[in-house]
Amino acid sequence: MTAVPDVFHASQAAWHGGGPELVQLLTPEGERVEHPGITLDLGDAAQEAEAIRGFYRDMVLTRRIDTEATALQRHGELGIWAQLLGQEAAQIGSGRALRPQDFVFPTYREHGVAYCRGVDPLDLLGLFRGVDHGRWDPADHNFGLYTIVIGAQTLHAVGYAMGVQRDGAVGTGDEDRDTAVLAYFGDGASSQGDVNESFVFGASYHTPVVFFCQNNQWAISEPIERQSRIPLYQRALGFGFPGVRVDGNDVLATYAVTQAALQRAREGQGPTFIEAYTYRMGAHTTTDDPTRYRLNDDLERWKLRDPIERVRVYLVRNGLADEAFFAEVEDEAARMGEHLRAGCKALGDPDPRGIFDLVYAEQTPELAAQRDEFAAYLASFEEVAR
Amino acid sequence: MSTMTLAKALNAGLRAAMENDPKVLVMGEDVGKLGGVFRITDGLQKDFGEDRVIDSPLAESGILGTAVGMAMRGYRPVCEIQFDGFVYPAYDQIVSQVAKLHFRSQGRVPMPMVIRIPFGGGIGAVEHHSESPEAQFAHTPGLKVVACSNPVDGYWMIQQAIASPDPIVFLEPKRQYHADKAEVDTTAAPDPLFASRVVRSGDAATLIAYGPTVKTCLSAAEAAAQEGRELEVIDLRTLSPLDLDPVFASVRRTGRAVVVHEAHVNLGMGSEVAARITEQCFYSLEAPVLRVGGFDTPYPPSRIEEDFLPDLDRVLDAVDRALAY
Repeated sequence: MTAVPDVFHASQAAWHGGGPELVQLLTPEGERVEHPGITLDLGDAAQEAEAIRGFYRDMVLTRRIDTEATALQRHGELGIWAQLLGQEAAQIGSGRALRPQDFVFPTYREHGVAYCRGVDPLDLLGLFRGVDHGRWDPADHNFGLYTIVIGAQTLHAVGYAMGVQRDGAVGTGDEDRDTAVLAYFGDGASSQGDVNESFVFGASYHTPVVFFCQNNQWAISEPIERQSRIPLYQRALGFGFPGVRVDGNDVLATYAVTQAALQRAREGQGPTFIEAYTYRMGAHTTTDDPTRYRLNDDLERWKLRDPIERVRVYLVRNGLADEAFFAEVEDEAARMGEHLRAGCKALGDPDPRGIFDLVYAEQTPELAAQRDEFAAYLASFEEVAR
Repeated sequence: MSTMTLAKALNAGLRAAMENDPKVLVMGEDVGKLGGVFRITDGLQKDFGEDRVIDSPLAESGILGTAVGMAMRGYRPVCEIQFDGFVYPAYDQIVSQVAKLHFRSQGRVPMPMVIRIPFGGGIGAVEHHSESPEAQFAHTPGLKVVACSNPVDGYWMIQQAIASPDPIVFLEPKRQYHADKAEVDTTAAPDPLFASRVVRSGDAATLIAYGPTVKTCLSAAEAAAQEGRELEVIDLRTLSPLDLDPVFASVRRTGRAVVVHEAHVNLGMGSEVAARITEQCFYSLEAPVLRVGGFDTPYPPSRIEEDFLPDLDRVLDAVDRALAY
């Protein structure tokens, strides 16, 4: 009998730290390193320093959005919150690689990407407060609504990319016209049929789409080993496009890899799969209790790979940012916190009579009648009160 | 004016819609070179190209999910589900995404999309090829559901559905595709899409049907007429929203109603129609509203499907029971 290669255990060993294929440009200790074939292009030295300070600022603000929203949930202002703690680099690195004309299809955890797309973080809270299902206009930000059904949005991304192709907005060489589509999903979603179908459609039509998987190691309580017996990025080859694993806690590597993949897409070279290797430092959501299923050891090990701290160390050690810069970022984060606290409490309940007119673009007589009956019913109480 | 089968009429309607609006795309399995397994899209890819008539990978959720993205980009996808029984892999995309995006986005993300489904039985097919899933979609807020029953409606309703800003599940009685021909006046102004229609007048009882059972009910009414009993037949045409004012007007005159569909009776369209007739026509009713439909079993092997499907005799049996009250 032929021996079956033990890919599971071999890859498991490699997973500790991401394995040798992991693209990393900034180590957890804040050292810049090279990776063959990967170029970080942020301009000249001054521009690069400015950009990295920008990444730092973005990540600090993103973490503040997350911690503030978590606190708002604890105070009863939000029903639930999906935390991104630990995934700031994966989101800012990829989000900042986008051009304005690119379009993003998020899950429900892409708060950092939303921030990159100019969505007011306050608008993210409505869904979790229960006052709406998403209050930003996707067309204003080229950022879709959050999608709760796991993986469904990856097909939307491929379809949108098929539309981009039909609009002739790919491979023209016009950098303001050529458009890429960025689809976010997680390690758990990689098991979904829709995600696999999106790979098939994306490859078949050679669409300008980048599949960006934040492998944060956990799908609520289920570890990545339950979803995949091989490193996720290796699946891409089976679908017919390249896959790459990047250190998702390294904002520089994530930016460089995503920028290259988006550019491939815009140039008409088809899809790329990016596995951003990261860790969900918080719970799945504020209703989850990770102490029931994972070891504190793991968490402690990943704390040493914090995405923000390594950039801070790099900036300080290389004299690229002074105390005033860090103080200003802290001030800005404090203002963001205040904006969210005050704004969240001001997010009022919608008028229940309003839901009837949102179902269809062309209202139906049935629903209009139901609305009128309900309005009359509500009004009957007001009359009694008078 | 030309004479067409339902299949040809749908083909001509699709062609007209594609000519009128460059954003209209046709997508599905085998819709391109083959022209669809029922040939409804015959010749469209040749004339409109592979970018507008898209042969998809064999994955229904993929068809619907990518159609959502194309609609977000400003296109109007017309998705073909090859057979009724194959729509379920796309069910999540239809009910959770297509149906809800307009609502979730507070109207900012419209979903102008048509989901064409050949439905119903009677063609001697193997299992999963003869189903009637309409109630599952009519039950879903955010979708509109219509069913054509004849070539004239096929020609016009498909164009009206494509022009609609809302997502529409468009049901085509596959047994009728290549059956009867009719004169289709491609210049006459059509009836509105979301309107039911009295297709035969009578005073003894009201038969309410849609899709394939319209023909069944017309045959039943023909037979009843020979016995001196005039049955009114109404083609619902639209299942969501329902247009029941003509039904109420009819039942107020006849006092008796029988709803006929191929779908399972339990919680089928007939249940809703019966409930609403009862609410609106309570004092006019001489008998409970009766339902004739597929039994509450899975669709049977095709050699006995005619026993499962409502036919002329079962319709008339129900009429007799209604009249016996």
